[in-house]
Amino acid sequence: MEIDPFIFRLSIFVLSILIGYYVVWSVTPSLHTPLMSVTNAISSVIIVGAIIASLSGNEKNIFELSNTFGFLAIFLAAINIFGGFLVTQRMLQMYKKRKKDK
Amino acid sequence: MSANLSAIFYLISGVLFILALRGLSSPETSRRGNLFGILGMIIAITVTFLSIGNFSTGIIYVLIFLLVGGLIGTFIAYKIPMTAMPELVAGFHSLVGLAAVFVAISAFLNPEAFNLGFPGNIKIGSLIEMSIGAAVGAITFSGSIIAFLKLRGIMSGSPITFKGQHYINLLLGLSIIVLIFYLCKTQSDSFFWGTIAISFLLGLLLIIPIGGADMPVVISMLNSYSGWAAAGIGFTLENTALIITGALVGSSGAILSYIMCKGMNRSFFNVILGGWGISENSSSKNTEQRPVKNGNAEDAAFLMKNASSVIIVPGYGMAVAQAQHALREMVDILKKNGIKVSYAIHPVAGRMPGHMNVLLAEANVPYDEVFELEEINNDFANCDVAFVIGANDVTNPIAKTDPQSPIYGMPVLDVEKCKSVLFVKRSLSPGYAGVDNELFYRDNTLMLFADAKKMTDDIIKNLN
Repeated sequence: MEIDPFIFRLSIFVLSILIGYYVVWSVTPSLHTPLMSVTNAISSVIIVGAIIASLSGNEKNIFELSNTFGFLAIFLAAINIFGGFLVTQRMLQMYKKRKKDK
Repeated sequence: MSANLSAIFYLISGVLFILALRGLSSPETSRRGNLFGILGMIIAITVTFLSIGNFSTGIIYVLIFLLVGGLIGTFIAYKIPMTAMPELVAGFHSLVGLAAVFVAISAFLNPEAFNLGFPGNIKIGSLIEMSIGAAVGAITFSGSIIAFLKLRGIMSGSPITFKGQHYINLLLGLSIIVLIFYLCKTQSDSFFWGTIAISFLLGLLLIIPIGGADMPVVISMLNSYSGWAAAGIGFTLENTALIITGALVGSSGAILSYIMCKGMNRSFFNVILGGWGISENSSSKNTEQRPVKNGNAEDAAFLMKNASSVIIVPGYGMAVAQAQHALREMVDILKKNGIKVSYAIHPVAGRMPGHMNVLLAEANVPYDEVFELEEINNDFANCDVAFVIGANDVTNPIAKTDPQSPIYGMPVLDVEKCKSVLFVKRSLSPGYAGVDNELFYRDNTLMLFADAKKMTDDIIKNLN
């Protein structure tokens, strides 16, 4: 009997939760704010679904309802991707070690 | 590009996202981690374009929306002040939630695009996945909007409660399940729209009873929700990158919520059910005027100048007064005089996890001078001066002694063990928990009644 592909995806999902559990516990508490902003950015990988949605369907009517929702989702996700990664980078740049000069 | 090849690339970007989070285990590796995350995102987006292959005129619009969104995001990222980080993150969560809803809607309207069947005849599994994704996304969206408004101060931070609230929420939650069930049975789109509408309402109702200072838990929880929403959509689209990311973000948010709840010694459900801080009027009865020692900037400067070690305890009040830069200036002077200075951060200081650390980092405080509660709590006993600025409940020794107190059992900083305590505060008013702070009346406590920034500036003047 063949295994439903859903089961494979479910396996990936369960294992990723476990990976997430261990990886996030190892994040130093002082970086919890950047952790939130970067998870925000990466969860916007949902943009791949939006791109597929907006580019499907017929040539003549680009702004059919389903495509329009795709375009809007691209717009929202793009704000998040750029905003999320850049603000994380900006924060991380601020974390400096004590200067050795004393 | 073949489906198998693109699946492998999606897996790679999923792995890069794991490395991005892994990098945050220390500040040195964190910047490289962030670059891994960016790389993962670029791979995922590029692969998506290549796998479609059909570069119709639509692609121009895709790029335009991508660019406009990107520019807005970039603008926000560089303009946002660090004190506003909690609002920003709440706002970003709402966007992820709404994007998930939109993607689910387009998948529902045009299932052929995702190989999910045909309108009116969508595979049951996909239908369940996309409605869960849409429902969780909608809850994330409206919940985050409320969190944003509360953090921004547009909406009052006090909890909004009414009778039967939790039953209504339960009812709404159950009706979402019932609607999804009938959606699968009939494929009728009115059930789909109904699910989304009720989820929007549920998100609103879930967050309004939660008080302002519980926002660290709320933000973490919504972070988790946004992850589960992404995972739901990931299952619908059969996309590994999205499933991995959703799981990572979901567990990350859940762990942060747990840490925040532990920092307040409250159960998760206790926070979620809300209404804390209004019913606790029992402690306000015994607030007869007790004597406190009142000091000024000169006294504070004298005490600190003659100390050999000082521990700073910053809290949200410091951020409100924007005193972090002045504080660092003060510490610089102390350090020049050979005094050992460190910072003690309580897990729930600030309005989101790690918020205080970012604010100190922005003020150029080196991160190896900043310590977490467990790391530093034993040092108070050997310390000369504790300088409490903008914190209150997290230093209250009553949490260790009085089982009747609403904050009993909450981990607190053992500030009272210091030889002397300087407490910068505007008045004697109790903190968020509505509990009088024992510390104010101790013999070794000197109260400095002033705005945090003004007081710090005055101390600097006296130190020089």
